[in-house]
Amino acid sequence: MSCMASFPLLSRVLHWLMAIMILAMLFIGLFMASSVGPNYHRLVTLHRPLGIAILVLAILRLGNRLRSSVQPLPDDMPRLLRWAATASHLLLYGLMIALPLVGWGMLSAGGFPIPLWGQSVLLPSILPHNPVLWSWLRSAHSVLAFALFGLVLAHIGAALFHGLIRRDSVLRSMI
Amino acid sequence: MGELHDAGSYGHGFRRAYAKGVCVSGWFDASGDASHLSRAAVFHEQHVPVIGRFALAVGQPYAPDSAVTVRSMALRLMPPDAPEWRTGMNDPPVLPLRDARDVSDFFASQQIDPATGKPDPARMKAFGMTHPWLKSAADENTHRFVSSGFADDTFHSLDSFVLVAADGTRTAVRWAMIPMQSVEPGDGKTGDRDYLFRKLIGDIHDHPLQWHLVITVAGAHDVINDPSQIWAQDDQTVDAGTLTLNSIESEEGGPCTGITFDPLILPPGIQPSDDPILQVRSAVYMRSFSLRSGEKRSPSAVTPSLIQTSEGRKS
Repeated sequence: MSCMASFPLLSRVLHWLMAIMILAMLFIGLFMASSVGPNYHRLVTLHRPLGIAILVLAILRLGNRLRSSVQPLPDDMPRLLRWAATASHLLLYGLMIALPLVGWGMLSAGGFPIPLWGQSVLLPSILPHNPVLWSWLRSAHSVLAFALFGLVLAHIGAALFHGLIRRDSVLRSMI
Repeated sequence: MGELHDAGSYGHGFRRAYAKGVCVSGWFDASGDASHLSRAAVFHEQHVPVIGRFALAVGQPYAPDSAVTVRSMALRLMPPDAPEWRTGMNDPPVLPLRDARDVSDFFASQQIDPATGKPDPARMKAFGMTHPWLKSAADENTHRFVSSGFADDTFHSLDSFVLVAADGTRTAVRWAMIPMQSVEPGDGKTGDRDYLFRKLIGDIHDHPLQWHLVITVAGAHDVINDPSQIWAQDDQTVDAGTLTLNSIESEEGGPCTGITFDPLILPPGIQPSDDPILQVRSAVYMRSFSLRSGEKRSPSAVTPSLIQTSEGRKS
């Protein structure tokens, strides 16, 4: 069994912090988009700053990833799995950055004020007011969120595959 | 959304509820009398720009105007240097719905029967029987005074809100727009499908229309979290300022079409109360806005030419 060094501490902290935030975010989004109940407003109020925090962390993390060396995957992994690992990581980074931007953009296009914190701290609009664009981005936000949900599940599945079935050092390198 | 659709909402680019409407604009001048209750800029400033919409609470945008249909006034107040405030008000004094469950049951009871093209009276009656806590509100609205049109109507916030003063003091309130125009009773006998809108267009071209924003402070026994409960008659009221509307435009390209009047878009100094209907409205309006914005829209019943005709007649 090939031995893989652990990822740097900063990479691991960012990974697990964002894992918790993204999972929470996916469920907050799902519940608020399907609810008219008494927690709707609280969830929406939480969704915006959490989304922006994920955006900021994702950009930091992308910078960190490009700067630091990435541990190579074990030599004995089939080519298809290597390809899948690279592609899924690219998509994960893409969605972590795209989803908050689409959310921010859709509220801009919908002509909404975008409170970030409380009622006084507002985000600026990043797109012109355009209801057709708003509707399109609102749908895209849902589709991309479900795509991220699927990708997160595949990512967890792959981590468990490394840890429990292949029993290589990949899962351990992230802990 | 499904329940609204089955209750006869038209769709096709129109608002799912309050489908027949017209855009208006003007300004709001604070009197200063509410400035001790709320730090919101609108209660302190003069000439705050306003975009608004008058509408009938119908699912069908081409429905004929009727005196008994609920009328609404929705406003977007935009102080130049502070976050905006949006509010949607109706002319009945209370909302005979208490929470999300009532709303869902109500629209289910209003489902169009394919055989008659109308809601089934038995289902509507059953809704009344199974929701006895809404009876007093429904009676209040049934027996309400109906004015001759939009210009002499009073519009109520229905839901309660919390005003927050500069020192943090919180005050539960409701508000109403009380017309400064003289109030006439409506007769409702007319062959004109758009008579309410035609009258509004004539009135606003005649002279700017004005309302007092009157804030009612909750008394000791008033229920804050239930818009179906009537408040005491002797509550303290404050005249917060004057709304002036001097311009009217069709929804075709009008400034009120591409936005939603979400009642939870509130500036610092105004906060939601724990009234659950506020959250229902916010969530449902957002979904309606997203659906209609993606649809191809046919012309509004209140067309630009209807507005110009009246203008032409005046000059």
